[in-house]
Amino acid sequence: MTVNLFPHRSPSTRRGLRAVLATVSVVSLAALTACGGVTASSDSGDASGDLADKRMRMMIPNAAGGGYDLTGRAAVKVMEDEKITGRFEVSNVEGASGTVAMQRLLNEKGSDDLLMTMGLGVVGAVYTNKSDATVDKAVPIARLIEEQEAILVPKDSPFKTVDDFVEAWKADPDKVVVGGGSAPGGPDFLFPMQLADAVGVTPKDVAYVEYDGGGPLTTALLGSKIDVGMSGLGEFEGQIADGSLRVLAVSGEERLETTDAPTLTEEGIDLVFTNWRGVLAPPGIDDATREAYVKAFEEMHDTQAWKDTLEKNGWADNFATGEEFETYLDEQNERVRTTLTDLGLA
Amino acid sequence: MDLLLDGFATALTPSNLLFAVVGVLLGTAVGVLPGIGPAMTVALLLPVTYSVPADSALIMFAGIYYGGMYGGSTTSILLNTPGESSSVITALEGNKMAKNGRAAQALATAAIGSFVAGTIGTVLLIVLAPTVGPLVVQLGAPSYFAIMLLALFAVTVVLGASKLRGFIALFLGLAIGLVGMTSGQPRMTFGFAELSDGIEIVVVAVAIFALGEALWVAAHLRRKPLEIIPVGQPWMSKADWGRSWKPWLRGTAFGFPFGALPAGGAEVPTFLSYVTERRLSKHPEEFGKGAIEGVAGPEAANNASAAGTLLPMLALGLPTTATAAVILVAFESYGLQPGPQFMAQNEALVWALLASLFVANTLLLVLNLPLAPVWAKLLQIPRPYLYAGILFFATLGAYAAGTSSFDLGLLLVLGVLGFAMRRFGVPVLPLIIGVILGPRLEEQLSEALEISRGDYGTLVGEPVAIAAYVVMAALLVGLVVARVRSSRSTTPTSVTEKDEVNA
Repeated sequence: MTVNLFPHRSPSTRRGLRAVLATVSVVSLAALTACGGVTASSDSGDASGDLADKRMRMMIPNAAGGGYDLTGRAAVKVMEDEKITGRFEVSNVEGASGTVAMQRLLNEKGSDDLLMTMGLGVVGAVYTNKSDATVDKAVPIARLIEEQEAILVPKDSPFKTVDDFVEAWKADPDKVVVGGGSAPGGPDFLFPMQLADAVGVTPKDVAYVEYDGGGPLTTALLGSKIDVGMSGLGEFEGQIADGSLRVLAVSGEERLETTDAPTLTEEGIDLVFTNWRGVLAPPGIDDATREAYVKAFEEMHDTQAWKDTLEKNGWADNFATGEEFETYLDEQNERVRTTLTDLGLA
Repeated sequence: MDLLLDGFATALTPSNLLFAVVGVLLGTAVGVLPGIGPAMTVALLLPVTYSVPADSALIMFAGIYYGGMYGGSTTSILLNTPGESSSVITALEGNKMAKNGRAAQALATAAIGSFVAGTIGTVLLIVLAPTVGPLVVQLGAPSYFAIMLLALFAVTVVLGASKLRGFIALFLGLAIGLVGMTSGQPRMTFGFAELSDGIEIVVVAVAIFALGEALWVAAHLRRKPLEIIPVGQPWMSKADWGRSWKPWLRGTAFGFPFGALPAGGAEVPTFLSYVTERRLSKHPEEFGKGAIEGVAGPEAANNASAAGTLLPMLALGLPTTATAAVILVAFESYGLQPGPQFMAQNEALVWALLASLFVANTLLLVLNLPLAPVWAKLLQIPRPYLYAGILFFATLGAYAAGTSSFDLGLLLVLGVLGFAMRRFGVPVLPLIIGVILGPRLEEQLSEALEISRGDYGTLVGEPVAIAAYVVMAALLVGLVVARVRSSRSTTPTSVTEKDEVNA
């Protein structure tokens, strides 16, 4: 049998949110093992594509409480509550910013009950970790949401507009220290690199400081330890509201309703960059299964419950399936690969 | 004051009290198991925010947070298996006390110390949050680097009589701390993606302490008769109280500021407290054999740091630990925006939360103190079964942390290292300190130098950093003077090498 029922391998982590435990609990650990057993028997039936009674597994590539976790669990909850699918077994497989989970997904070739939540960060992580488990080897199912990146500065920063910042940056990249909440390869790293490329600064010259998530990045910005921060806006709303941080620009196609800041394209910079999240399935599944998954996510996307979830979490809808997501994923993969290769990181 | 009383009124309603009880019980349970921590428990309970009012959920989460700090120490003391990284140091003296039949006292001083520290910490939080909050962000990487370096300096106290063996252990620890991704490049990961986030302190500690010891005992079972663990007094004696209260206060003094500083953490103050107590103790000969000060201080430090963590979180919306980060997510799912205006906008809720911290603390004391003698009986299980149980427990924890057989392999390899260290008389404490401090030192140094673009002048660019270096210089001078004096006198140092081996 080629199905790897219970793949092993996940790392131990060291600090921060990443240090949070990877699995649901010891109880569900047993359940997970049991679920592996169920997989074997359910392989034979269920080719009809009806998922309503099927037990599924959702793999999350980071810690409980992290971005992928919140998105993945929210999607699972809607699909369960609306009886689109059967119950899901959700497991957090942490490690190497998603590389470990990606390897597990590819190992489970042909498993017809497994899905994985992922996003832009995982695309880059497999390259910086020198892994060959690249995302183009998996089967794309759906892109769900996106988050714009923002260019943030402290209240008393000399940069009043994006132009001020870009001018100074071009003049001497060494003098403008840029911080981000992700490790090299992650969204907050890729954004300044692609932005640098777009405005004519050599990405290799960018003074990038890595912070362990939004909290430490906020600390550094509030204390004016760095000049500019690049990150999603989610964790900064309190500081923006009270004026201790300012947003110079956002990276999406359109302005955000919640934030009074222009897009990069409005400011004459030819770059649209979003941090997206979506769902992949293992390679080797048959077309009927893939179509059933796509259909399930389309149904989920149409529910009121999902719309409420988006609003509650402040996520922007960015739904795509089939060809559209497949092309997008390939394009993103290629773009990230080029960026990281140019920097000598892939 | 009225606000606090209102807060108590909210926290003490029957349903909220029930949530607090559930929280502290859950927290204690997850604190006990290595690998499962309060952060993940809160994360998994986030869905309750859909159906439970904000104050109840936050009261429960606060209970889990404090409970986790208590639970971690119980297994440290009884089984030499730390449940959380902040209770690693507790195992050093606590487990020795347990083996001398003083488990109940160790558990009691840990529980009361946690209560004292948690209470003082919460008071400090209430007093300081509005004023000191904005100041904590002023401290930058150079200051943290200097503070960590100062902490590393403290290791010299515990290197032991054989400086060579002490340094071997320290450098082993620093080497283990090197594993992981750095600047987007894998380092010492040997091609395992599992190693790219580094090796968790709890895994190292459990392997070196519990596994290493179990192997050591197993290797000697046939040749040596079993030592019977004596049945001790169930309660703390007057002398125990006398020796505990100062460490509690000093531990609090270490723990709270480290918790409040964004890059401080709970581990560094526990071992600073440990080395301070070792220095100041009137019974230095007991250290390494079960000195009550070595439990009282670190346990107070880790609970005070938990309270300190809430300061930047409430004052600025800055999460400084994994648990605080997840609690912030919970705030957000109630539509509460953490940040500078959070306290002003949600006064009632904040005071209810603070009041619930007192409640959680009291509940934990009431629950844990009577249980201490009961837990202590656990050690009367015959050795072979007891160690089998410890091994099972340690393995389960390591596996649960990542559901991966890789972690089990890692645990075994490090366990063998722990065994070898016992065999060759290498002290384990410097290793643990190396694992804790190495990555932090590096992180702060590289952040400081990335920001300054390689200019080393930045390292003395902040007043706190300069102060730390001055203290270091003073200590160095002090050490040299002491050395010169002791070489003149003939009295040998009181800490013998054998103690260090046991430590």
